[in-house]
Amino acid sequence: MSTPLTQGDVSAEIADERAAYAKRLADGGAARDHPDRAYAPYRSSVLRHPKRPLVAAGAAAGDPEAVELSGPVFGVTDVTALDHDLTRQHRAEPLGERIKVTGRVLDRAGRPVRGQLVEIWQANASGRYAHQRDDHPAPLDPNFTGVGRTLTGEDGSYEFVTIKPGAYPWRNHVNAWRPAHIHFSLFGPAFTQRLVTQMYFPGDPLFAYDPILQSVTDDSARQRLIAAYDHDLSTPEWSLGYRWDIVLDGPAATWIEEGR
Amino acid sequence: MSAEAPAPGPTPSQTVGPFFGYALPFPKGGDLAPAGHPDTITVHGWVYDGAGQPVPDALIEVWQPAPDGSRHGAPGSLRRDPVTGAVLGRDGPAFTGFGRIATDADGHYAIRTLPPGGVPYLSLIVFARGLLHHLHTRVYLGDAEGDPLLGSLAPERRATLVATPEGGRVHRFDVRLQYDGVHEETVFLAFD
Ligand SMILES: [Fe+2]
Repeated sequence: MSTPLTQGDVSAEIADERAAYAKRLADGGAARDHPDRAYAPYRSSVLRHPKRPLVAAGAAAGDPEAVELSGPVFGVTDVTALDHDLTRQHRAEPLGERIKVTGRVLDRAGRPVRGQLVEIWQANASGRYAHQRDDHPAPLDPNFTGVGRTLTGEDGSYEFVTIKPGAYPWRNHVNAWRPAHIHFSLFGPAFTQRLVTQMYFPGDPLFAYDPILQSVTDDSARQRLIAAYDHDLSTPEWSLGYRWDIVLDGPAATWIEEGR
Repeated sequence: MSAEAPAPGPTPSQTVGPFFGYALPFPKGGDLAPAGHPDTITVHGWVYDGAGQPVPDALIEVWQPAPDGSRHGAPGSLRRDPVTGAVLGRDGPAFTGFGRIATDADGHYAIRTLPPGGVPYLSLIVFARGLLHHLHTRVYLGDAEGDPLLGSLAPERRATLVATPEGGRVHRFDVRLQYDGVHEETVFLAFD
């Protein structure tokens, strides 16, 4: 048996990865918006990332007709009126700090992504998921499932009402804790723009210790995963407001069908 | 909200994690074909890691043209009951072109769909705990003569994208996230 992996070990690896990225930038390498799939401080990645380079496909590889440049569509039948309000899906209200999370979904040219599906899932205020395999001994909340869906508006906007999730432990290393976060799933007009990510809350003391957030080694890119507290979005005597805009990467469809 | 403001950089990807199972999959997520449609094909297989072990917590998404070649899709993959909020599933006639399947405890997935029109492939995305950024790949079915992607690959790499016919309109397609010492790693794609 090897000795248990400590936070100190993982923090040292995180620092090494960050130094390697800084050196690459200094040597003229391109800034990287996304995590490297091979990021050893996150131990689950070790056997689950390809080692071969990705193969170029689509327009840049001479195939402007690639199917991935189009994508699935969703509509009013795919969501119900209560789906965006995670505090109203049960008989009574969940425990925790009621929050509103809102923002816009844009493509990488800054254009709003209209009428597309946004899905979220999260732990409850105690840091427990309503998932059978989450065995963290924190209480489940009978009034909170932690799943939401909505469609973006004409300006690309979305809005959820929920409660602030708690931090939770995991087994990457001894005393590993995830900073509070909400999982987000997003679609653009093209399948190439698909994004699954996590939104974090400003000022969380766990940021520096978390290999998943730190897998984004570029400082400005990592900041883009952290929502802003926006006092103007807070509702008096009701809820706190956070703003988080999302920019989808990947080439957009080369054609836009009428009415989409 | 000025239109002239430079677009901020893209939002980075983060792993789907281990707990998406009660949020993203939906009933009949892999059944794109209307029930009982005579042209239905089945594409199924296992997702494996670099130790050759099946991955029981991967999520596969599929996107494809309709049999007539149209690529505009249709809403209703997650069609809901507005009274109870329950997922009703696709209504049948509309071909949404989209599916989503969580691998089971054995790392297995299955898609029942109609043949894509105009192209010889289905587009797949693979998400999993441990994958910080999802992966694109394709399932090629039958004759793909002249396909620009397949044509660019060495034979052993090309073979990872071509489904194996199992008879009775069933096709086997395994996804290997990493070379395991025996089996070639699946070709994954970058679109820029
Ligand atoms: Fe999580």
